[in-house]
Amino acid sequence: MPKVRRSESKESNKNEIVPVLMQGNEAIARGALDAGLDFFAGYPITPSTEIAEILAHQLPRRGGKFIQMEDEIASIAAIVGASLTGAKAMTATSGPGFSLMMEGIGYAKMIETPCVVVNVMRGGPSTGLPTSPSQGDLMQSRWGSHGDAPAIVLYPDSVLESYELTIRAFNLAEKYRTCVVLLSDEVLAHMREAVTLPDIKEVKMISRIKPNVPPEWYRHYENNPKYRSPLASYGEGYRFHVTGLAHDPYGFPTSRPDEVSVMMNRLRNKVRHHINDLVQIESFMMEDATTAIFAAGITARAAKSAVRQLRRSGKRVGLLRPLTIWPFPDDAIRQHLINKKTIIVPEMNQGQLSLEIKRVMGSVWNYASLKTRKIIEIRKCNGELITPGEIISAVKEVKKDE
Amino acid sequence: MSSISQKTIHHYLRHKKKFPHVWCPGCSNGIVLGAVIRAIAELKYDKDNIAMVSGIGCSSRMPVYVDFNTLHTLHGRAIAYATGIKFYKPEMKVIVVTGDGDATAIGGNHFIHAARRNIDLTVILINNNIYGMTGGQYSPTTALGDRSTTTPYGNIDPVFDICELAMGSGATFVARTTAYHALEAQAFIKRALEHKGFSLVEIMSACPVIYGRLNHKGDAVEMMKQMKENAVPIAAYEKLIEEEKKNKYRRGIFRQIESPEYTEQYQNLIYSLQEKQGVQE
Repeated sequence: MPKVRRSESKESNKNEIVPVLMQGNEAIARGALDAGLDFFAGYPITPSTEIAEILAHQLPRRGGKFIQMEDEIASIAAIVGASLTGAKAMTATSGPGFSLMMEGIGYAKMIETPCVVVNVMRGGPSTGLPTSPSQGDLMQSRWGSHGDAPAIVLYPDSVLESYELTIRAFNLAEKYRTCVVLLSDEVLAHMREAVTLPDIKEVKMISRIKPNVPPEWYRHYENNPKYRSPLASYGEGYRFHVTGLAHDPYGFPTSRPDEVSVMMNRLRNKVRHHINDLVQIESFMMEDATTAIFAAGITARAAKSAVRQLRRSGKRVGLLRPLTIWPFPDDAIRQHLINKKTIIVPEMNQGQLSLEIKRVMGSVWNYASLKTRKIIEIRKCNGELITPGEIISAVKEVKKDE
Repeated sequence: MSSISQKTIHHYLRHKKKFPHVWCPGCSNGIVLGAVIRAIAELKYDKDNIAMVSGIGCSSRMPVYVDFNTLHTLHGRAIAYATGIKFYKPEMKVIVVTGDGDATAIGGNHFIHAARRNIDLTVILINNNIYGMTGGQYSPTTALGDRSTTTPYGNIDPVFDICELAMGSGATFVARTTAYHALEAQAFIKRALEHKGFSLVEIMSACPVIYGRLNHKGDAVEMMKQMKENAVPIAAYEKLIEEEKKNKYRRGIFRQIESPEYTEQYQNLIYSLQEKQGVQE
C-alpha cells in the first residue's frame, strides 16, 4: 500500500507523509471506521475497551451507531441484527466475552451474515490474567462454536497491520458473507508505534453484492461456484426468512438431507475453495535457512528480532509468520518448511500452533525423515511475552546438537 | 374488526409455502398470530417495513409463517437482535415474538435492558407457563405446586409477574390479556405497535397438550374457559377480596406513558454533533 496518508492538521500539505503515534486498539478502531463501519455494539472488557471508547466518540459524528449492550451475547446479536439491515458491523471483546459470543458467532456463520469480531487475547482460562497478553484463543477462534462451521481468522503483528487487517477483515466478511475474527493480544493492543497509514482512497474496499432480481426471484442463499451470493437487507422489499435452523436456499427451515448437505457444503467450500484469496503468510529470511521459526502475532515480533540477531552471528535461521491463522495455511507451510531441519514454534499458550504444524508436516515428512527433523515448542502462558533471547537460546541449543 | 377478511389475512401469510404449522391441536399460538395480523392489517403497515424477530420455542416459530422480514434467532436473544435492527434502521417496525422461558429466563437480561432503554420494540410475549418445545419443563411462570417434567413433585420456584417485571425495568407500554380475549389481544397489539417506546403485550395462552395434561387442566376448550374466568380486568380485580383473588390474575393495560425513545435520542445526538461539526468547519 502507498505510504501516503491524509493529514490531520489543516495547515500541513495534503500529500505529506505524517507518521502518527498510535496504539493497536486505536488502529483497529481507525481501520474499522475507514472500512466504513456503520454499527458497533460492545460490552466493556479489558484489554479491548479502548476500541469501544474510540468508536463511542467517533461513530455518531459520522452518522454511525454505537451501543453498549448488556453483555457480550447481546453485542454479537445486535451487530448481526444491524448487518442484516445493511450495516457494516463490528464488536470487540476479549477472552471471557469471546467465550460468551461463541453461539452468536456460529449463528452469524450459519445465516451467512457479514460481521467482524475483534478478540484481544488476554491470559486465560476463565478470568485469567486480564492485563497480560496470551495467544490462548487460537483454537477457540476456529472451533469455539458448536457444530462444523468454517472460520476466517486474522492476526496482525504490529499496530499498522492491526489497521490493515481490520480493513481486510471487513472486506472478507462482506465478500464471503461470514463472521470474520480479528485476533490481537494485550501487548499489541496497548503498544504504541509510529505508523504511517495508507491513503484510504487507494485501499480496496469490498461491500456485499446487492441482488439485482425482483423480490419473487430472490434466494437468500444462492449456490454458485464462486460462493459469492447477493445479500438483500431487511426493509428493501425482499422479505426473506432467516433462521439458525438448517435451511433451504430461501432461508426456510428444512431437515431434508439433500438440502442440508448443500447448505453445509456451501459453508465449508466458500472458505476451502478460496484458500489462496484468504491466506496471507510472511516469509522472512527463509530461503537458505535450515532452522525455521513459525510464530504469529506479537510473538513473531520477538522471533523476527531473534532471526536478525542470529543472522548477524551467521546462523541460518528464518521466520514464517501467518497473517491468516484460519483457514490454516497448510500448502504454504509445507512449501516453506518441507526442507527445514528444525522448526521452532514459540507461542503464548500450551501448544496450539505447534499442534497444527505437527499435523501439516506429519503429512509430508516420512518416518525416516522424522528422525532427522525436529519440531521444538516454546510454550509460555504465564502472562509474560516470549523474548527474543528465549528464542535465540532455543535455536542455539538446536545448533549445538547439529 | 370483522371487516378484516380472510383475503387480508392471507395477504400477510406465507401460506403457500409454509403451512401446515408446527403447533399442536388446541395451542393458542394460532389465535395470537391471527391477532397480530389483524392488528397490522388495521394499521395498514407496509409489509416491507416490518421485521418480526423471535427466539426459540413454540411461540418463536411464528415468523416463518408471516410475509415480513423475518428472523428466527437464538434462544433468549430475540430482543438483542431486534435491538440491532431497530437501532440501525429506526424507520422499521420491529416486532418481537417470544415466550415466557425465552424472554424471562434465558433472555431475561435482554428483556429488562431493552425496557430500560425504551427502545421502540413491540414485544408480544406468549405465556403458556411451560417450555413446550422441549417437552414440558417448568419456566419462570410455572405456578407454585404445578407439575412439569422437571418438577415431578410440584414446583417450588416462585413465579415472575412479567408485566410487573417490565414496568420495574422501565417499559412504557405494558398490557396483558389472554388468547381467549382474542379481540382484546388484537386491540392491545395495535396500541402497542402505535406506541413509541418499548411495549410489551403479554398474552396468556393454553398449552393443553403438555401443560394442561401434566396439570389436569382439561382440554383446550376447558383451558379457554379457565382463561375467561381467571383473567379479570384490572379495576375488577382490585375490588376482589383476597380469597377471590386465588388463581385469578389481572388483564388490561397496566401502563401507557410517554418517555424519550432510544433510537430517537441517539438520532438527535447525531444531528447535534454534525451540526456542531458543520459550525466548526
